[in-house]
Amino acid sequence: MSTPLVELPRTSRVNYLNVSYGIRSWLFTTDHKRIALLYLASVTLFFFLGGFFAVLIRLELMTPQGDLVQSETYNRLFTMHGVIMIFFFLIPAIPAVLGNFLVPLMIGARDLAFPRLNLLSWYIYTLGGLFTLAATVFGGVDTGWTFYTPYSSTYSNSNVMLTAVGIFITGFSSILTGLNFLVTIHKMRAPGMTWFRLPLFIWAHYATSIIMILGTPVVAIAILLVGLERLFHIGIFDPKLGGDPLLFQHLFWFYSHPAVYIMILPAMGVINELITCFSRRRIFGYSFIAFSSIAIAVLGFLVWGHHMFTSGQSIYAGMVFSVLTMLVAIPSAVKVFNWTATLYKGSVSYQAPMLYALGFIGLFTIGGLTGIFLATLAVDVHVHDTYFVVAHFHYIMVGGTIMAYLGGLHYWWPKMTGKIYPEGWARFAALVIFVGFNLTFFPQFILGYLGMPRRYHVYPEEFQVLNVMSSAGASILGVGYLIPMIYFIWSLRYGPKAPENPWGAKGLEWLVPSPPPPHNFDVTPVVTGEPYDYTPESEEAHAR
Amino acid sequence: MRAEMASGASSATSVELGRSPLAHHFDDLEQQFEASTLGMWVFLITEVMFFGGLFASYAVYRSLYPEGFAVASRRLDYLLGAFNTAVLICSSLTMALAVRSAQLGQSRALRLFLAVTMALGLVFLGVKVVEYSHKIHEHLVPGPSFRFEGPHARAAQLFFSLYFAMTGLHALHMVVGIGILAVLWILAWRGRFSPQYYTPVEVAGLYWHFVDIVWIYLFPLLYLISRT
Repeated sequence: MSTPLVELPRTSRVNYLNVSYGIRSWLFTTDHKRIALLYLASVTLFFFLGGFFAVLIRLELMTPQGDLVQSETYNRLFTMHGVIMIFFFLIPAIPAVLGNFLVPLMIGARDLAFPRLNLLSWYIYTLGGLFTLAATVFGGVDTGWTFYTPYSSTYSNSNVMLTAVGIFITGFSSILTGLNFLVTIHKMRAPGMTWFRLPLFIWAHYATSIIMILGTPVVAIAILLVGLERLFHIGIFDPKLGGDPLLFQHLFWFYSHPAVYIMILPAMGVINELITCFSRRRIFGYSFIAFSSIAIAVLGFLVWGHHMFTSGQSIYAGMVFSVLTMLVAIPSAVKVFNWTATLYKGSVSYQAPMLYALGFIGLFTIGGLTGIFLATLAVDVHVHDTYFVVAHFHYIMVGGTIMAYLGGLHYWWPKMTGKIYPEGWARFAALVIFVGFNLTFFPQFILGYLGMPRRYHVYPEEFQVLNVMSSAGASILGVGYLIPMIYFIWSLRYGPKAPENPWGAKGLEWLVPSPPPPHNFDVTPVVTGEPYDYTPESEEAHAR
Repeated sequence: MRAEMASGASSATSVELGRSPLAHHFDDLEQQFEASTLGMWVFLITEVMFFGGLFASYAVYRSLYPEGFAVASRRLDYLLGAFNTAVLICSSLTMALAVRSAQLGQSRALRLFLAVTMALGLVFLGVKVVEYSHKIHEHLVPGPSFRFEGPHARAAQLFFSLYFAMTGLHALHMVVGIGILAVLWILAWRGRFSPQYYTPVEVAGLYWHFVDIVWIYLFPLLYLISRT
């Protein structure tokens, strides 16, 4: 029998949750696990706020007339939905909650390299969130989440400044988290944890950190310039004053396209862990998956121009960006093929986290393939700014990120809280979400192909059937998101106590008690074997 | 090497060591030093990207309006700019000497060089205040009060927009840097640094040199366009 890791003492009863009590012990904590829970609370809050705006949007689109809200209100609804969901949920969700909790545990470190900086990034995130919430309370913002100039810098009468400041501030939280992860992964690995023994979750977060570090400052400066232009009318982007609005789009998309990979790469990292654990097989093509993460991060910086095919950039730039965009499909497909190969002849068990992982593969594949349509210059000109685009990026960003986030949350919930959630309800919720999601967004592909433009609150009558289907799906999806919320909270009080390793999974995080002690490892573990070493013995253990 | 030391480092180290500079989650001071230094380098990469957005904007508009930028650039006082460049290069030297003093454990010299570095930084900011007040006086601040004679007024306003954005952001970094050095001076005065532990001085030095280097690029790009 292979024992790749040293035995750890299991007597400790003090864990990170009960080591100290009171609100101060949480607000001044530097423990990465507690900070992860702080993020979990704030991210969940923003998710339901953003979801609330989505509900209003789908209610308005039930009928072809604009009978629920005025066009101006509608503009504010989809903008706030986009801003909150992207900057305050999708980007931080997996890195800040699961990454914060797991990165040190998975590499055998006692904490992140800079614990106080880690707490600071939560405060920065909260501060940015407060600015954006203030903007919401004072009437919202109507520019679309992309803040295109010169509308955002000169003409819009909504709370552009408050929202921009909120996003600017939150960007620094993202930068600091990326910095912390990168240094931790470089310098804090346990003895024997070589680069090619790292869990693929860590590789994914390493690649994500690179994007956060290189991309976020650029969007920060672009938003700063929009703010300066709004305040002082300095005209860097305003064509009336000699400026160039395309420059804003270049600066904005230089970050905001890679930002999609900030959302999806950590999601892929989660899926690696889930697929290999629940099919009881060593992951197929470890190094291909690791390098494909890096390849996605690098290629992600070369493709921003595909958002600007119809903006008036040169046709040659469009052609180059079209080809480069298609290249991203290669590392993405590498991952999907490797997951499929891992599943092949695996002894697959369909626990709730696995259902989310399989759902992820389905949704991500649909989203990825439709991405090829959009990368093709001529097709994009036809479906540009239609619901086809809306459906595509919801499949990738929402389908991808949320499925993986929920899957990961279920998988590590026993570790994080020391409690087991009700498995039947969890499987049911995964099913409801998958069905609801497809019913919501698949009709939008057809709507977009037929020519329904995005961001309109009225539409011709022939689109109503598909829109009603989409709204019905959204209500199912909404219920699907509420169920886990309920049973997770229920499990905190009534759930059975979780063992150290409820899934029979491999990885350092499963060797510590659930919930882990304050400093993670009483004795620094020494790693001697490969990751994902699912042997026949562990299969038997799993069967029991 | 770390494998052998690992078992000795338990969660109780932070308590045992009292006010030791070693944080509880590191195995040894060397690991802590390496992490801090890498962290600062990574932070400086984000700073390069942050200024990079402005440099990209500058490149776009200078290639669009080469003559307008040259005309506007003549309104800057290159002598003051050159003086400030010299001041910052000197401050980089004194900062490097401060780091060396910290490595050698010479606390008095460390405090002296930190103070000189701060003083040079303040001289730089003082000159910047003089320059800014001239520009305000000459109506060269972009916005409704902007006045510029000749056919290049629009390009000149863009030039001054970028001038204020870039030098303003740089000056903000100087202010932050001086604040950091002040904290270091107090810590040095309390005797917190030793040849075994001088990480904050080293890391602050990296930051200071970075801010100087940004100015080394800003000076020719903004002041010397028409003199090449």
